[in-house]
Formats: sequence, C-alpha cells, structure tokens
Amino acid sequence: MKYRFPAAVGLAFLSFLGLIFVMQTFERPPVSSVQQGFRGTGMVQVANPRLAAMLRDVNQAPPALEAASADGDRASTIYENVPLLGHLSIEQFGRLMQAMTEWVSPEAGCNGCHVEGNFAAENVYQKQVSRRMIQMVQRINTQWTNHVEAVGVTCYTCHRGQPVPAAHWAAMPEHGARGMAASADRQNLGLPSVGLASLPHDPYSVYLAGGADIRVATRTPLPSGNRQTIQGTEATYGLMMHLSQALGVNCTFCHNSRSFASWEESNPHRQTAWYGIRMLRDINADYIAPLRDILPPERRGPMGDALQANCATCHRGLSEPLYGAPMLRDYPELAPAAAAPR
Amino acid sequence: MSMLSFEKKYRVRGGTLVGGDLFDFWVGPFYVGFFGVTAVFFTVLGTALIFYSTALDGVWNPWKISIAPPDLRHGLGLAPLREGGFWQAITVCALGAFISWALRQAEIARKLGMGLHIPFAFGMAIFAYFTLVVIRPVLMGAWGHGFPYGIWTHLDWVSNVGYQYLHFHYNPAHMLAVTFFFTTTLALSLHASLVLAAINPRKGEPVKTSEHENTFFRDAIGYSIGLLGIHRLGLFVALSAGFWSAVCIVISGPFWTHGWPEWWGWWLNLPIWAR
Repeated sequence: MKYRFPAAVGLAFLSFLGLIFVMQTFERPPVSSVQQGFRGTGMVQVANPRLAAMLRDVNQAPPALEAASADGDRASTIYENVPLLGHLSIEQFGRLMQAMTEWVSPEAGCNGCHVEGNFAAENVYQKQVSRRMIQMVQRINTQWTNHVEAVGVTCYTCHRGQPVPAAHWAAMPEHGARGMAASADRQNLGLPSVGLASLPHDPYSVYLAGGADIRVATRTPLPSGNRQTIQGTEATYGLMMHLSQALGVNCTFCHNSRSFASWEESNPHRQTAWYGIRMLRDINADYIAPLRDILPPERRGPMGDALQANCATCHRGLSEPLYGAPMLRDYPELAPAAAAPR
Repeated sequence: MSMLSFEKKYRVRGGTLVGGDLFDFWVGPFYVGFFGVTAVFFTVLGTALIFYSTALDGVWNPWKISIAPPDLRHGLGLAPLREGGFWQAITVCALGAFISWALRQAEIARKLGMGLHIPFAFGMAIFAYFTLVVIRPVLMGAWGHGFPYGIWTHLDWVSNVGYQYLHFHYNPAHMLAVTFFFTTTLALSLHASLVLAAINPRKGEPVKTSEHENTFFRDAIGYSIGLLGIHRLGLFVALSAGFWSAVCIVISGPFWTHGWPEWWGWWLNLPIWAR
C-alpha cells in the first residue's frame, strides 16, 4: 500500500484548525428559550445562559438611599437658584443631590456640576445640562408612561455611574466611508449600530431624531400608489437591528414575521416599542439636541451635535432596563404629579 | 397488471434485510418486503392521525390544516394528544415511513446486486428532516422547537425562525446550502441539455455519443468531467445542498443565539483590515 502519512498529517492538521475555528466563532448548547406565541409559530426568544450571567452583573440597580422626610423648611429657603426642586424639603433635596452624584458623577462628586464653595453658580455647563435632564426625566415619567410604565426612569437608567451614558449616538460625517465595499448610501460597513450587517448604518438620525415613517409594507397588491423604496426598507431593517441588539431580543419579540405590519398578529411588546421610538424623538429633539449650544466640543459628536439617546442608552441588552428594577418608586421627585414643563 | 417479457428474470429471491422469505413478493409492479409493510403501516397510521387531529380542530381547508408541535414547557417529554401529542406521534410515523422506504430501496438494490447509492441519497433527505424535528429540538431541550405540519404554517415557522437570528442570509451554512441548491440546478441543466443535444442531431445525421459530449465541453471550457463523472458531481452537489441545509438549521440556536450578521465579527476583526 502506498505510503500516505503526509496527507494524513495534513488532513489532521486542517481538521484541528477547523475545530479551533468553530469553537472560537460559535456558541454551544445548552441554550435557553422562551415561547412568545402559539406553539409551532417559531415566535421564540433564544439566549445563551452563559452570556446572560454577564449581562446580570452589569445591569444591577444600586440600593436606594434611606428615605427623607418631607417636613421642615423648603430647599428654596436656604439654597439659591433651585427653580426645579426648590419645593422639596431640605432633607429630600439633599438626598436627591446625593443620589444624582452617585448615579452620574461618583468620581468628581459635587464638583461634577457645582463650583466649589458656590453651589448657586450657573457657569458650569454640567449644571445646566443636569437641570434640563431632570426635566427630561420628569417628562418621561409623566408623559411617556405608555413606554416606561410605572417602573419609570432615573438618571441611573442611562448614566450607570458615568457622566456620559456609555450607549449613545451622534451624526457621522457623510464621507466617513471605509473599505472598498462602502457605498454612498452609508451601507456595507458592517458596523455594530446595525448588528454588523451591511444595512445603512445610521438609522438614528432618520428615525430617532427625524420622524421618518417606519412603514415599508406595501398596502396594495400592485405597484399602483406604492411609495415604498428598497432604501426605506433597508434603513428600517437597520433600525430594527438596533432595537434587537439594544434589547437583547430577536424580531419575534414584537413581530410575527408572516406580516410585520399587522398589529393583530404582533406581540404586545410592539406597542411599547412604538411609544419608545416616539419618546426618543421627543427627548432627542426637545431636550438633548438643543444642548449642543452649551456643550464643550469634547462632549459633542464628530459633526458637532450633542450625543443623543437610542434604545441601547437605557436598555443595555435587556428588554427591561435593569431587569425592571422600580428605582423611580424610591425617588418620586422625578415624577411630579403635575405634568413636567417642556 | 401485465409484466414485460424480460422483467420476470429480475424478480429473484433474497436480498432482504429482515423477514427472510416472508414478505419477499410483489404486488403488481411493487416489491413488498418487510419494509414495504412497515412503510404502508406508518403511512396509513400517520395520515389517519393527521385527519383525526384536524377533525378535532374542525379545519378542512387543505392550506390551513396544521399539526403544531407542543408548547416549549413540555420540554422533551410527552405532551397531551391535543396539545402537541399528535405532532409527536405523527413525527414518529413520518420517520418510520421514511426510514422504511429507504430500507426497502436498500433491499431492492441488494436483490439486483446494485450499489446502495439510492438509499444513501434518500437518506440525506431523511437526515435533514431528522435534524429539524429531532436533533435540533433535543439540543435546544424541547420538542416545541420542531416545525408544524401544515402547508402555510410551516412556511410561517421558517420565516419566524429565520428572524430569530435577525438576518438568516448571513448564516454561513445557509449560504453554502443555497449555493449548492443553485449549483445542482446548474449542473442538471448543463447535463440534460448536453445529452439532449447529442441525441437530437440534424435530420439525417447519426445520433452523437459521449465523445461528442466530451469534445463539446473541452472546446467550451477546456475540460469535460465525463460520462460517469457528471453523475458523481451531480449527486455530490445535490446531497451537499441537503447536508448544509441540515447544518444551517442545527447551528441556529444550539450553536448560535444572536443575529447571524454578528457571527461574522471574526471576519471584520481580522488583523488585515481591523481598526
């Protein structure tokens, strides 16, 4: 028989490399799955329980500070320049300031927003931003309960102990294209914003700042009157990739793919998401984008705009931010009964 | 049924895998054998169960008849008949019928002293089905991951399971399977057109043979795979299509839980161009 040793060694080596490659690039069973529709429809969430443990570690809500008494003098009697929270008791006011410091600026402390020795000074941009952000949180908690429900949001929902929330977006330069496949319609870059797909990589400015319709299903059987475009479809797909990534869910969390457009066949989550997209448009346009005028250049995006919010800013890989921890319950000042002023 | 004069000499004893001479006979043109009996048994029982189940559902529109698998909460256990138990029983019948058919093919091939290429090829289709309704559900821990038996519902299942991984066209094995499916049709069309061209010459000219066929492809692309080779290639690309189809679904879930575009991160992160 012919001596075949070298071929066998070559084959074994290639198999070994292949095995390493497969083990490096894939996951493994067991996986966890949650059914979300009638049996057999394939509406199922699939997750890797080993990665879920990592998510748990980085998505823990901090313990609430000890409750403060509402009695005693108002904060406005001893502090200047407290238009938003001056009606709180001194104790409540101090507790909220302490909580906000831990949520947003644990390293710089009070000086993250205030001039040392002069809390009333208004010449720190962070203080002006904070004031606007408190208004934003109050608006979300009172006007957008269709999305945040009673769980609500606090500064921590986004900030997680950092002055700038880790997940944000900013407009990108028109011709920041890299690579030979990059195309003029901002496709084919394989960026994380669209889950490494070839889809248009900036769904945010169109859909989360702008108010473009997220409606691409044809309503008529024939081309007559159909104004939908492939470009619109791909941009919408890009936005949906972002939603999936931000919430750690797949398309069937909201949709039955036999008809993406049909509300009757969708899961109720889709309604929550619908309000969430409108909420982001509201807060990006009215609260965050205007901050560009007071933000220093290093706090702005490459095109000079403010760093704005998307789904990931709060959700961070979970369908319920912080596993639905009801932080707002312990800080009712962030959801005043009266509608927050715009 | 009448029989051609030469057919009788091929109807020989033996070659059975099970049952010896007991079922070694023909009914009209059909060879029976032990696995012919089991194939009929499972087919009749499975079909009857489908009718029973849809009668309980009150659905008689053929497009809408559907036998759904159990809820995921039943895991790998048995489900009540009307909550997925029908699906489980029908799956057993389907596998019983398919495997019986393959073994009957094997018996006929043995009887004729042929190779086992036909049952092997059919076995690839059974393997793909077995992967869908047994291997993948077992790896994911619930029979509920199988697909429903219905003309429309199984398509809806395929669509939703694809969207469980955000964009299924990025599944590397799906890419291979699709490529092999198209290559199979390409190979078949090249082969069929070549054969028909050779046996349909101009009026008055003799029918051409494989020398002409080989020469055609040598002139066209510099190489002819040959009379036997085209059938080896054809079987290879056809079975590869089925094989990679099975792989593409078994890796979706058990071996990848995210969007398929994300799997390609390793490619985007190659040090050649990674930032």
